[in-house]
Amino acid sequence: MSSVTGVSLADETPGPHGSAPLSGDGAGTGRLGDRLFGGAAKGAGLLVIALVTLVGVFLLWQAIPALARNDANFLTSREWSVDGAHPRFGIVELLWTTVTVSAIAMLIAVPVGVAVALFITQYAPAWLSRPAASLIDLLAAVPSIVYGIWGLRTFGPVFEPVQGFLQHTLGWIPLFTGAGISGGSTILFVGIVLAIMVLPIVTALSREVFAQTPVTHKEGALALGATRWEMIRTAVLPFGKPGIISASMLGLGRALGETIAVTIILSTLPDGAKWTWSLLNGGETFASRIANNAAEFDTPQKAGAFIAAGLVLFVLTFVVNAIARVVIERRKAFSE
Amino acid sequence: MTTSTTASPGPSAGSAGASASGTSRAGATSAATTGAAATPPSTRGTAPTELGHKARGRAVKDQLARVVMWAAFLLALVPLVWILWTVGSKGYHLLLDAQWWTNSQRGITSRREGGGAVHAIQGTLIQGLTTAAISVPIGILTAIYLVEYGRGRLAKAVSFMVDILTGVPSIVAGLFVYALWVTTFGLQRVGFAVCLALVLLMIPVVVRSTEEMLKLVPNELREASYALGVPKWKTIMKVVLPTAFSGIVTGVLLGLARVMGETAPLLILGPYTKSIATDLFGGLMPTLPTMINQDRTEVLQPAVDRMWASALTLILIVLLLNVAGRVVARFGSVKR
Amino acid sequence: MKIQRLGLLASVAVVGSIALTACGSDNNNGSDAAGGGSSSSSSSDCPTGTLNAEGSSAQKNAIDEAISAFQDTCSGATVNYNPTGSGAGIKQFLAGQVDFAGSDSALKTTEKDGKVEADEAAKYCGSPAWNLPMVTGPIAVAYHVKGVDKLVLTPEVIANIFNGKVTTWNDASIAKINSGVTLPSEPIKVFFRSDESGTTENFTKYLNGAAPSAWTAEPAKSWTGKGEGKEKSAGVAGAVQSTEGGITYAEWSYAKDNKLGIAQIDNGAGPVELTGETVGKAVATAKSDGQGNDLRLKLDYATKEAGAYPINLVTYEIVCSKSKDPAKAKLVKSFLKSFASEQTQKSLEEIGYAPLPDEVRTKVDAAIDALS
Repeated sequence: MSSVTGVSLADETPGPHGSAPLSGDGAGTGRLGDRLFGGAAKGAGLLVIALVTLVGVFLLWQAIPALARNDANFLTSREWSVDGAHPRFGIVELLWTTVTVSAIAMLIAVPVGVAVALFITQYAPAWLSRPAASLIDLLAAVPSIVYGIWGLRTFGPVFEPVQGFLQHTLGWIPLFTGAGISGGSTILFVGIVLAIMVLPIVTALSREVFAQTPVTHKEGALALGATRWEMIRTAVLPFGKPGIISASMLGLGRALGETIAVTIILSTLPDGAKWTWSLLNGGETFASRIANNAAEFDTPQKAGAFIAAGLVLFVLTFVVNAIARVVIERRKAFSE
Repeated sequence: MTTSTTASPGPSAGSAGASASGTSRAGATSAATTGAAATPPSTRGTAPTELGHKARGRAVKDQLARVVMWAAFLLALVPLVWILWTVGSKGYHLLLDAQWWTNSQRGITSRREGGGAVHAIQGTLIQGLTTAAISVPIGILTAIYLVEYGRGRLAKAVSFMVDILTGVPSIVAGLFVYALWVTTFGLQRVGFAVCLALVLLMIPVVVRSTEEMLKLVPNELREASYALGVPKWKTIMKVVLPTAFSGIVTGVLLGLARVMGETAPLLILGPYTKSIATDLFGGLMPTLPTMINQDRTEVLQPAVDRMWASALTLILIVLLLNVAGRVVARFGSVKR
Repeated sequence: MKIQRLGLLASVAVVGSIALTACGSDNNNGSDAAGGGSSSSSSSDCPTGTLNAEGSSAQKNAIDEAISAFQDTCSGATVNYNPTGSGAGIKQFLAGQVDFAGSDSALKTTEKDGKVEADEAAKYCGSPAWNLPMVTGPIAVAYHVKGVDKLVLTPEVIANIFNGKVTTWNDASIAKINSGVTLPSEPIKVFFRSDESGTTENFTKYLNGAAPSAWTAEPAKSWTGKGEGKEKSAGVAGAVQSTEGGITYAEWSYAKDNKLGIAQIDNGAGPVELTGETVGKAVATAKSDGQGNDLRLKLDYATKEAGAYPINLVTYEIVCSKSKDPAKAKLVKSFLKSFASEQTQKSLEEIGYAPLPDEVRTKVDAAIDALS
């Protein structure tokens, strides 16, 4: 296909596993410069592996003793008392909160983010395109602690009536039953704030990818009589899909691990609070529970329990990423 | 490229309202693409044919998509404007005071007005730039390795590790460096330790965005360069990187924006001080996020003012970096 | 090309930060005192150097004032205090990261997870570590109910509110002790500290000590009652301020600064309003619990003394009795001396703390003199 279009890369884009775009080994001349440069690149890769291994080993090393002493089932227990000779702690609640908060964030941020990226690259008048991109990038310039403060003090009170309305009209759905948590500090609200934080990440990367759509593809579609939207659907989106997924994964990583904004905004629940499926409830994510208690990690056992929670977050992100990888791979296989 | 008309019927106008602008276009399209051109002109005024229906549906869809894209963009602007307005209106007046840019907070309590943020600004710049100086080379080299060199197991492993690194919550990165720096090596908490934690957070952002951009560099460029006998490393340095330059800069700036505003690891590693401190390897180093964090737990007006003002300062600094980066990207990128 | 451009960017930034450094100033007194900070620097017991301390957030405002006053007299000295929490303070102290720790509770002498805090500290210092009570502060039971300016609560009622047994403001148990006050029928919204905190520990110590039958949970740094968790004192106080029917516990200054209602506490000898005087009275009854210069204070939470406000916390500075670094020791001594001085202690009253009773203050002073 590439021979026809001249600049097509979609089909030859190297796989995420780094299979090179073309067998450029022959181009490596074996000269000193080449060997040095290649070595440096490889070294950087190895360094990344070493770093992650180090972090992982450290987490495990700190977590295992605490896990070994845990009297409750780490994966299914809702308890969290990490002191004393018989600590009992589990992560179910943390997992639920983390996953729902991130899911809400992604549900909002990905469609809006992609639409904004399309707007910037395909719809915006020429004079607007650049400023629009800069404006959205500006959202990324806002530090998360500012999102937290703004969410708590400014956005939260405004959101309160919305939540009251949701609770009132949709209260019969378990997801929207009231849980007695004040508006502006619920899982739903934090999800929305996180969506705003993630949006510029999704937009920035998708935008770059959309902008690279081969002009021939686009013009081809238009020449065949496609409307602009059809052109986007048939040329831009398929081309940009791996990029969108990549961007979403970056965003998701941020949402899952976001600490300070969640800590500031989200109300926590006392030990032994009733379990609900409600999005209008409070809770703690992995990161916010660690942050809430980081100051008081006075024993290795206690620290270990929290680090074990951090480890789960680690694994969670990894699983999501792995799934995304598989999706990209499958898609590529079909598009051949 | 087709010039876009900005007239967009609102969704409320529905099909009836759209007919004015819609039919002419639908007619044109159907005439151009199908044999329907043969149909007598009388049908245009009266009930449309089946084909006309379809064409009108397509046109409506197209308009609808245009409206959705605009709406998404405007929607994304809402929180942006809101946050900037909140922070700006509450924080600007301190920034107008020359003292803000020349003095530290030394000796200022939450009850007293006055003092500046110069200590925190310096700390943020020094730490941000140091972090970038470490992570940008590693990140870009890793991305080059993944796209240009890597194959087989090692590349898979590197790619995998970068994914995991994306998932390291900032607070866990802080805990990790604390355990390494303080617990294992017995060193004092200093600014450089913060930088190490931030490097962990910045590398994956740089790698992922650079990788996406490198993948989009057309292979024909590489081939052409190789064909001219240019060694691989020179091809990468002189052809591939410059082509992807603007995208890489965007990615680096996103990463830098993130680490400069990062608070969680600083809570563990970088305690705040109210006095000027510029030594990365000795003593505590104040930064804007920790300054915000210190003041946000206060309710007294002087402290609250300072909190918004330092938030605004932080946003402005990141913004300035973004503008600078954009200028660099524009001058540095290859004309296409 | 790219590298040159990046270099350009970097150098612009570096030049910018150098420019900032050049005109940055630590002197914030120039405008107040015409002479500037340098004039008073050479007083005799003014060592120079930097002290780092960390710990309890309950004493943050007090120590900030003390630092400000100290640095005004000794401009060559810098003291940093980071209010990260008592546990963190002790942890950093044991790790050698800070010169002294601020804590809401004295070093524990009982074993916890195989370690005895006091012994660990002695091991680190190479000499016994001393607990010096420095700041006493009341914990206010702060509420926000429209039209209710005066509210009396007994320990039992407080315990029942905070453990979720009493759920509306016009509950009979509240109405009984507040005759003449019209209480609304709205639900009570309890806010607690979501971070582990010494304030929570001291508050639950009070509940457990004054109403043992109603509050059965062990006092702990993490909350064991009911309600909705907010981060830090500012979080709970802010939440109560914006929530009709809210109630929480927080340091006095937070309740005052947020203009919240503060409940009067009736421990059995009639309602006691929270004032500097009533707090001082309660702290004066505290018994010393340590040996020699290790001054632990034991508060009587169930005190029935008339006019004594019973919910208080004492925050300590934890120091090595013999420091490894003589220069630091001199600085610590000099700073604590200034902190414990009558003048500084007196100034704390207006920001929501109670001065140390004279008797305790003399002991603390003697202990500081004995530091080396």
